[in-house]
Amino acid sequence: MTASPQLSGLLDTDAIRKDFPILDRLVHEEHKLVYLDNAATSQKPTQVLDALSGYYERHNANVHRGVHVLAEEATALYEGARDKVAAFINAPSRDEVIFTKNASESLNLVANMLGWADEPYRVERDTEIVITEMEHHSNIVPWQLLSQRTGAKLKWFGLTDDGRLDLTGTEQLITEKTKVVSLTLVSNIMGTFNPIESIVRRAQEVGALVVIDASQAAPHMALDVQALQADFVAFTGHKMCGPTGIGVLWGRQELLNDLPPFLGGGEMIETVTMNSSTYAPAPHKFEAGTPPIAQAVGLGAAVDYLTAIGMDRIQEHEHALTEYAVGRLQDIPGLRIIGPPTAEDRGATISFTLGDIHPHDVGQVLDEQGVAVRVGHHCARPVCLRYGIPATTRASFYLYSTPAEVDALADGLEHVRNFFA
Amino acid sequence: MKLDSMYQEVILDHYKHPHGRGLRDGDAEVHHVNPTCGDEITLRVRYEGDTIRDVSYEGQGCSISQASASVLNDLLVGKELSEARKIQESFLELMQSRGRLEPDDTMEDLLEDAVAFAGVSKYPARVKCALLSWMAWKDATAQAFGEAEAATQALGDPPTKETTP
Repeated sequence: MTASPQLSGLLDTDAIRKDFPILDRLVHEEHKLVYLDNAATSQKPTQVLDALSGYYERHNANVHRGVHVLAEEATALYEGARDKVAAFINAPSRDEVIFTKNASESLNLVANMLGWADEPYRVERDTEIVITEMEHHSNIVPWQLLSQRTGAKLKWFGLTDDGRLDLTGTEQLITEKTKVVSLTLVSNIMGTFNPIESIVRRAQEVGALVVIDASQAAPHMALDVQALQADFVAFTGHKMCGPTGIGVLWGRQELLNDLPPFLGGGEMIETVTMNSSTYAPAPHKFEAGTPPIAQAVGLGAAVDYLTAIGMDRIQEHEHALTEYAVGRLQDIPGLRIIGPPTAEDRGATISFTLGDIHPHDVGQVLDEQGVAVRVGHHCARPVCLRYGIPATTRASFYLYSTPAEVDALADGLEHVRNFFA
Repeated sequence: MKLDSMYQEVILDHYKHPHGRGLRDGDAEVHHVNPTCGDEITLRVRYEGDTIRDVSYEGQGCSISQASASVLNDLLVGKELSEARKIQESFLELMQSRGRLEPDDTMEDLLEDAVAFAGVSKYPARVKCALLSWMAWKDATAQAFGEAEAATQALGDPPTKETTP
């Protein structure tokens, strides 16, 4: 064991970890849990757990119907969560925040809106969709489906050897035929921060819409949808201390007014006759059926929690940890980082291979020591194909992660090497 | 350490020195993947009548999936199909036992090195790794015989329908 260094920029993790009871758990009887699978899902603080149980214990009712006390309280809490999320992402209007069940649903919703839209938004034969090779499957497959159903052509940005977008052919890729460009702000497998500005500028030049998958950004940095200048931004709640079952799609107001609904049902209507219906204004137009009410309330509590700590402070903390982790990992013989090799312009999600040892075996031996990482292709299989590897081991850190946990990972990897030597 | 029950010495030996690896001539070829972890195998079978003459394979994956393919090659090559099916079913039963099945003498005689995988059955996420090559073998065998039957039918007389007066 190495004595962990004093890094500057770290949060007071002793205090923060008191909010996350699960982090005190022992696994395999004797090992302290070292949870480094935050890119898959984060742990939840008691503030969020209390909001969930408090909602069910005191306020549970369906929303936007009924005049009784509970219905009004539930509606106020649900809509209050929308206000919190709108402020969190600096949305110009709360009505631009649509609650979904996760980021996948948000991205599928956009793809389907554009498939059914009228001109000028309609994606159809002889138009093009542009994505990137580093997308999560949830930002690939909906566009493949749209492409197959409409005949539109799907194109993508490739990657450089050090895990960044290859922007050399931007003008050939994004053209007058492009209807939509959809890309991730932060890679879920390599941690890469993508330079959105030049892509947004090019998309605006040709009149294409820009969709941003912010699932790996929203938990870790200040997110400002106005500064991004995108048309849609999608993210999920459970990676940012919120519960599962709640996601967000932010969209520009005039687009949400113009674009057609996708799912039909209760909540999303204005009037219904047997022949036809008219729709509620956004965001309700896109929230058919009883929404995930408790989950939205939980996400609101998560947003409060993160905001109180400060997104800039969280980013600074993770940057310090990333710098330390990259250094320690690169000292391990045979370890190859897949993605940016330094801490610059990248987040605290680090994928790597370790000699010829398969990630499944790496993950299993780490788990035995209490270190939880993710192994596999991380729903980004094209990235593995691009770098000629079957899978990676991925360690991902969050606001409660510590240098001692980086050390536990590095020591654990030494043990893995010895085990399979 | 509990991990030793999964990573038995015999499994690590097969992983480091796989038996029968590489693709050779066969009657049928299949490609199976484990979508959750990216393990892949391409596997060919060659039969002479009902006797397995060769099971050849190429693939990438974790120690468990690779060792399992090596053990499969050891166990099945030279066997009659009916015996091989018995072995495959017994291995499947062992892997689906969630660590609750203690292999008896009969099972040990039948499975030989493959009983070492008993520990893997305690790890639900890894059972699919151990079964990958076995499912591929089953599929390849079905294809080899399916095609053989189809060929016989195409060559032989069409089946005649008996009409009862």
